[in-house]
Amino acid sequence: MVKVFIYPATSLILSDMVARFGHEPLGSAIGIRERIQTPGFESPPLQITPEEPKKGLKWAAVEVPSGVRGRMAVYGPLIEEAEAAIIIKDPDYAFGCMGCARTNELIQFHLRNKGIPVLDVAYPTSDEEGVGFVAALKEFLTGLETEGSA
Amino acid sequence: MAEYVPKYQGTVTKYVFVESPLLTAKDLAVKAYEISAGVMIKETCFGLQVTGKPEEVESLVEAIRAFDPTHIFIKDRGFPPGDERRCRANLGGARPGYLGHEFEMQRVRYISHGLARVAGMDTGEIEEAAARRPDEERAHPLDLKKLKELIEAEEP
Repeated sequence: MVKVFIYPATSLILSDMVARFGHEPLGSAIGIRERIQTPGFESPPLQITPEEPKKGLKWAAVEVPSGVRGRMAVYGPLIEEAEAAIIIKDPDYAFGCMGCARTNELIQFHLRNKGIPVLDVAYPTSDEEGVGFVAALKEFLTGLETEGSA
Repeated sequence: MAEYVPKYQGTVTKYVFVESPLLTAKDLAVKAYEISAGVMIKETCFGLQVTGKPEEVESLVEAIRAFDPTHIFIKDRGFPPGDERRCRANLGGARPGYLGHEFEMQRVRYISHGLARVAGMDTGEIEEAAARRPDEERAHPLDLKKLKELIEAEEP
């Protein structure tokens, strides 16, 4: 079983496909769950404390806005754990403020810079593209298993 | 800041989405309750939310998926169901965060079709189908020559 980072990190389709083909998806829910399930001082709504931007310094420079560093404190450990990644190109719904946009760019930069296997796909817009999408994911994810066991 | 004691500590929560011509969210909930064995199930308009110990939830969602493998989709959720910080009963108005689900649920019919077709393919056919993806989907790193041209074209 390989840990596969999914981008967009909230994607239902990617999360399902990775788990369906026998691997472990790493996305937002894992980072958020860790914070929600940890006892300590309440810091609503997500248990993200003022310490997070300091932790985020590991993945983003000090002059980067604290919002980006805070977000990277959630995603950074997941990227470090990741052994492979699947990236959906230009997902329509992954927009947001500049903090989200810059974090998205940083996530993709770190994933590509890490030297792990990365698959680029786009959301299918027809049945035929759906076949290509699923086939590409299956081929990539099955290949990871073979590499891991070799 | 108040001391925070998490509810349902040590549990995981998963969303189960169903988009099937043969199975409604209600049917799925009834089937899930029958095999739940103590795992907490919340019925929703799109399917279910399942909360419990990781191993129990894992075996339950795998059993649920078997009811209609190409039309049931599962993902993790960070918050347990009914969490006051996320539940719209406490916040008022629509709950944020369903935009992504709404977008992806419009695409899952293509995925279902793909899953059904790919299930009957051998390795060679899968490779061929994967290679037919539109070329622009693949990553194209910036060509070194092009980069050099860009650098040289920069005005002082």
